[in-house]
Amino acid sequence: MEFRSYLIRRLLLLIPVLFGVTILIFGLLQLFPAYQRAMLYVTDPRQLNNIDEIIQMYGLNEPLWKQYFTWLGQVFSGNLGWSKVVGMSVTDAIFNFLPATLELAIFATPIIIIGGIWLGTKSAAHKDGPVDHISRAGAIVGWSLPTFWFGLVLLMIFYGYFTGLFPPERLSTDISVIVHSGEFTRYTKLNFLDGILNWEWSVVFDALRHIVLPVITLSVVNIAFIMRLMRSSMLESLGRGYILTARAKGLPEKTVINKHARRNAMIPVLTVSGYLFAAIVNGVVITESIFNYKGLGWWAWRTAINLDVSSILGFALFSGVLFVLTNLVVDLLYAKFDPRVRLGGSIK
Amino acid sequence: MKRFKFLLYHFKKNPLSIAGLVIVVVFALIAIFAPIIAPTPDGHHDPYMIPRDGYVSTPQPPSSDHIFGTTQGQYDIFYGVIWGTRTAFQIGLLVIAATLVIGLVLGSVAGYFGGIIDEIIMRITDIFLAFPPLILAMAVTIALGASIESVMIAIIVVTWPSYARVIRGDILAVREEDYIEASRGVGASHLWVILKHVIPNSIYPIFIMASLDIGAVVLTAAALSFLGLGVPEGYADWGQMINFARNWIVGTPTNTFAYWFTVTIPGLFIFFFVMGWNLLGDSLRDILDPRLARR
Repeated sequence: MEFRSYLIRRLLLLIPVLFGVTILIFGLLQLFPAYQRAMLYVTDPRQLNNIDEIIQMYGLNEPLWKQYFTWLGQVFSGNLGWSKVVGMSVTDAIFNFLPATLELAIFATPIIIIGGIWLGTKSAAHKDGPVDHISRAGAIVGWSLPTFWFGLVLLMIFYGYFTGLFPPERLSTDISVIVHSGEFTRYTKLNFLDGILNWEWSVVFDALRHIVLPVITLSVVNIAFIMRLMRSSMLESLGRGYILTARAKGLPEKTVINKHARRNAMIPVLTVSGYLFAAIVNGVVITESIFNYKGLGWWAWRTAINLDVSSILGFALFSGVLFVLTNLVVDLLYAKFDPRVRLGGSIK
Repeated sequence: MKRFKFLLYHFKKNPLSIAGLVIVVVFALIAIFAPIIAPTPDGHHDPYMIPRDGYVSTPQPPSSDHIFGTTQGQYDIFYGVIWGTRTAFQIGLLVIAATLVIGLVLGSVAGYFGGIIDEIIMRITDIFLAFPPLILAMAVTIALGASIESVMIAIIVVTWPSYARVIRGDILAVREEDYIEASRGVGASHLWVILKHVIPNSIYPIFIMASLDIGAVVLTAAALSFLGLGVPEGYADWGQMINFARNWIVGTPTNTFAYWFTVTIPGLFIFFFVMGWNLLGDSLRDILDPRLARR
């Protein structure tokens, strides 16, 4: 199949899925009473006093299909409702909390991918040697660690025992004052990057100090996941004929491992990047709630325990759509670079 | 039977799988004998609610009355972790059983009939798989209200689609075999063919894989409880006990680890429980996957 027709097919398949995602969210919404559902249509805090009016205006007692299209219309016009926990609209809240989470992901993702691939390669190259045993044991431990407990133990040691070495939250109070002062321009809202751009090294240093523990918490489980995958993929690759050829013609072992074996072994790792995205989103909720790190995950957690329906469903919708698009991009890249995928005609 | 012997033979050779088995068996014994290990005090109605010794907020260190100490709100940690083992098995077993049933029914229908039925069922799984699992589980849990049943339903909702897909794939492979056609040829009904020939030939590995996912299921449930979304306050649940401990990770000025027991003890229970299942799962996966076994 041509890449173009593959692309068209995938884009067409996207429509029923996105449609289904909205139906699922709407279905969940029906489990809440009308006064809570009304929060999804609020755009201004003053409306909170007239919830009955909202229920009337948006026909929340009308037949379901009518309500669904009213709601869908609202979603398409960019209105996801009011987030009572933070006192702003859900759309504003998402954009407000996104940079913090992005900052966390920017540090964690490369560590997870590079760390996992490196460990997996090492482990496979020294199969059954001490390096292999240690990293496999490490992977089993890492894979079984409850993230939320691990984060708390890290805090107990690096915040409690080594008093204040790596504190929770995003910035210290005094640094926060600098960031919010008039002289400091928040270009990207990523604290460490803004710090560099403003040539304010105390901000960079403080931002990094606060992000160390969340990044470790978020990374450990996922490094273990990538490492296990990479190891088995690497072992399969090392058993292939072209490795024998490469060794037979006298290439140094380093070249055989790093060039011939590893490049081929990385394909399965690329295909799970969609899964990795979901794992990071899951991890972000837990990590940010432990460290009181005010990003999207923290907000999702606060809204969930306060039954802030519009926010949690808005966030579910947002992360769902983002996840679907991520998977699409991964599949397209995969099809672009590996013709075998699209020659099959369908993806299984 | 031959397969079972093969499994047992490889199983015994691997020390890690034995370790996994031992851990899981120990936890099973704790769950079974919970009423003897940590007897419910007289006059305490629901054994799954952790008994409290007063209402003081500050945790108390281990003593002869409370051998693991008490956590925030004077809940007895020893009682909580022992009965929490029961909660963990209950959640793990029920969720996996329900997931398997749903996955088997939908997966085999989709795989066996194919065509439009297959297309519809697979598009539905796509929709459920379109969310990061924890986020969807959080939304479902709060929609249903805080209870252990909500937690289980929420995890079933996010787990069944991947099972349905795997089972469908296996059934597709089996469907093409000659003996299926032969059975149809002599006039067997669809239901008979599915139940008698297709399922027994495709699900044997899935059963084992599924049972080993119990660790992962329990971890998700604990995460929900940790976030304060799962079980009601005071229910014997490891995740919730860690949630109780989160305000006590920084000790007193003189002793920074003053409340170490509140977070460490329930955490170790979750960790070893999950690790037991993972060790068991890893070794069985190696044995069952012939491509890996040859290496």
